[in-house]
Amino acid sequence: MNAGGVAGDDQADDQASAAAGASADGQHKVTGKDTDTTAGQVVLELRHAAKAFGAVQALIDGSVELRAGEVHALLGENGAGKSTLVKILAGVYQPDAGTLVVEGREVTLHGPAAARAAGIAVIYQEPTLFPDLTVAENMFIGRQPLRTGRRIDRREMREQAAKIFGRLGVPLDPTRLARGLSIADQQVVEIGKALSLDARVIVMDEPTAALSAAEVDRLFEVVRTLKNQGTAILFISHRLEEVFEICQRVTVMRDGRHVMSDALEHHTANDLVRAMVGRELAERPPEAGAGTPGEPVLTVTRLTREGMFTDVSFTVLSGEIVALAGLVGSGRSEVARAIFGIDRYDAGVVTINGQHLRKASPTTAMAAGIGFVPEDRRQQGLVMDMSVQQNVALASLGRLRKAGLIWGSSERALAADWAARLKIRYGRLTDPVAMLSGGNQQKVVLAKWLGRKPRVLIVDEPTRGIDVATKAEVHRLLAELARNGVGILMISSELPEVLSVSDRILVMREGRLMAEFSHADASEEAIMSAAMGQHEAPAR
Amino acid sequence: MRATILNRRQHPPAHGNKSAIGNGQPQGPAKTRAGSLAERVFRIRESGIVVVLGVFVLVTAAIQPRFLNLTNIQFVLIDTTVFALLALGETMVVISRNVDLSIGSVLGLSAYASSNLFAVHPGINIALVFLTGMGIGLACGVVNGTMVAVGRVPSLVVTLATLYIIRGIDILLFSGKQVVEAELPSTFLDIPRSTIGGIPDLAIVIAAVIGAGAYYLRTYRSGRELYAIGSNPEAARLAGIPVGKRVFTAFAASGAIAGIAGVLWAAQYGTIDASAGTGYELQVVSAVVVGGVAIFGGSGSVIGAALGALLLATITTALYVLGISPFWDQAIWGFLLILAIALDQTITVRLTSALRKKRTRHE
Repeated sequence: MNAGGVAGDDQADDQASAAAGASADGQHKVTGKDTDTTAGQVVLELRHAAKAFGAVQALIDGSVELRAGEVHALLGENGAGKSTLVKILAGVYQPDAGTLVVEGREVTLHGPAAARAAGIAVIYQEPTLFPDLTVAENMFIGRQPLRTGRRIDRREMREQAAKIFGRLGVPLDPTRLARGLSIADQQVVEIGKALSLDARVIVMDEPTAALSAAEVDRLFEVVRTLKNQGTAILFISHRLEEVFEICQRVTVMRDGRHVMSDALEHHTANDLVRAMVGRELAERPPEAGAGTPGEPVLTVTRLTREGMFTDVSFTVLSGEIVALAGLVGSGRSEVARAIFGIDRYDAGVVTINGQHLRKASPTTAMAAGIGFVPEDRRQQGLVMDMSVQQNVALASLGRLRKAGLIWGSSERALAADWAARLKIRYGRLTDPVAMLSGGNQQKVVLAKWLGRKPRVLIVDEPTRGIDVATKAEVHRLLAELARNGVGILMISSELPEVLSVSDRILVMREGRLMAEFSHADASEEAIMSAAMGQHEAPAR
Repeated sequence: MRATILNRRQHPPAHGNKSAIGNGQPQGPAKTRAGSLAERVFRIRESGIVVVLGVFVLVTAAIQPRFLNLTNIQFVLIDTTVFALLALGETMVVISRNVDLSIGSVLGLSAYASSNLFAVHPGINIALVFLTGMGIGLACGVVNGTMVAVGRVPSLVVTLATLYIIRGIDILLFSGKQVVEAELPSTFLDIPRSTIGGIPDLAIVIAAVIGAGAYYLRTYRSGRELYAIGSNPEAARLAGIPVGKRVFTAFAASGAIAGIAGVLWAAQYGTIDASAGTGYELQVVSAVVVGGVAIFGGSGSVIGAALGALLLATITTALYVLGISPFWDQAIWGFLLILAIALDQTITVRLTSALRKKRTRHE
């Protein structure tokens, strides 16, 4: 089950067979990886790349240097130009200026196929697999091994895929459909694809954003294996702990420019954050206890949904921030969705402000005073094609209605008010919300609910994929809401966030509440061991 | 009068055709690992259609034994050939997450223009007539393909527009005229009528063509890439698949096939006017969906689509033989569509949850 060690002997064979598969369309370069790789040798160098989209200069001066056998971190706030740089390396964007040197030769990538041919593989945050094709076919699409008559040799394809998974130490079945794979396994398939390409450079764009801690460990095992085999890896993450755990060198970007590159060991997390934001963080996230806990605003009693969560009971007081911690898949989001009435539940009672919610429906929940900021803002939190002001007004339409109609002016007034309070950065309020950066989109979702003045706010992964500075703003905002008497239930996979923001911490594991900590008692170790089941004292 | 003939047109074959198509199915060379969940599901999906078809044939024959006489079976088989051929082209387009609604109009234009050649140039080589029909279809397909692949206009809109435009051209050129059977050479009219051992030659040829199409989609890179494009277009682009080129080719092929189908249509009916094939595209799309091809692309097979065509055609003929009002025909087609979609939805949901659980390999 776990990623194990990798037998180095198999490696040459694997590459030879991968080469046999790829050579038919001429995209393979014949290099024995083991022979010409010395760790530290520069494999890829991007110098002074620039890219503009219309009037927006997404990348002004992007430079990065990747070496064989090294994991290189690329850091920067959202909007710093990381994604643009990645897409240039992927061949998706063609830079307006700058040079790309791969293994000593200057290359121009006309498209994704050219990047592949140059030995560059990109693994995106949201893996790009074909759910209707098999795992093996996903890895080899467009360059499946052939037999006579240019027909696909399925057996060979399957065997090559199995060999690669063996090398990575993961027990994936190459003949299964990609449909239904967990994000972590999808990434393994992508990594396998990169290996089958004999990629010298693997770019990983926020690969851990959607993974549980255990999955991250497994991914890192694979990454270390690749590193030891001489692959150059560019690793993008917002989680600095991960960067320090897995990377050797670091490049920091800010506002589309290269800020610095250096060996990671010379730096502390604070240095890097300072380099990213260009200033000291104005203040640390506020300590918990900002609000004064009052009467219960949300009470959940023995809530159960078959197969999802069992017998979950807790209370959130007004002015209190309660964190719901646990591994991805432990049932946290499912509980939140049930409270808000999106999913039905089989047993239990939800009480808001002393009022029982009779049936599961978001309308009832909203009327009772709950706001819900979902996990996936793009899919569930926002209507991406609608304007900023329409999105903000969406939850308050009833209140904005005058003579039965929604007037643009009242929409705008509401949106402008909240945009100013939350410091949302936008062009015009009538721009589609899709044009905003991730952090600002999240603020729009918050504004949407704050416009209703909720008594209870449920936030699911409120800072996922958001840059450091905006993250601090979101934390401050939550604290301010608590001060104003709102009860907040926060689901988060980031332990530092859980520890610094919340007054109380509930830990879920496999659908049950396993432990409860006060702010003072909590520690990362205690929470993790409860979440992983090493703590056997259920709280209730 | 004409309307009746056109309606009868859409009958698919019964029983016999099934085996003909079955023979053309290339299972042999592509060695597939037995037990692969994906493969099993597709096989189950296709055998589901065969079962429904079998039940329908048996029930009909039990009520009216005349249904299974040779003439009737031949009639149904011939009727299915054009239908299944169009389903082949449509399947390639639908698999890539597109749709071609223009094929009925393309068929009409090709049917008239090609058969009109016999009237204008008596003694013309039949191969030349087929080439003309195919050329007309190809030209229409190229227009569709260009607008979808290069112009990035949704195919639903593009082909809805060309459905009207091509029919408009057809009517503009040929309205009020018609080609009659007497103007067509008997060698041409015999194409759908000659049989080997009671089975129409044409049905065998079309079954082989469909088999070849299925083999191509399964076994060649470009075929697999059509599935990939339909399964996740954005990923296809990132994987370096020439999405535009593949989609363009699918439309061109669908057009060319509709062109050929038009010529066959002319041979089959003998009397052609500017309204030939009106509304046929929706029947073909229905057959494709009933045959288990996902309407949003990515999965399904040509064999399934051909079986779908066979099933729908058989139902029409069965109702005719039983003397049931043609109204029921359309109602049953609609019912089958909903059934097929519900079934596919259930399969997808079940399959996804089954696959979620099955992470490790069982070897």
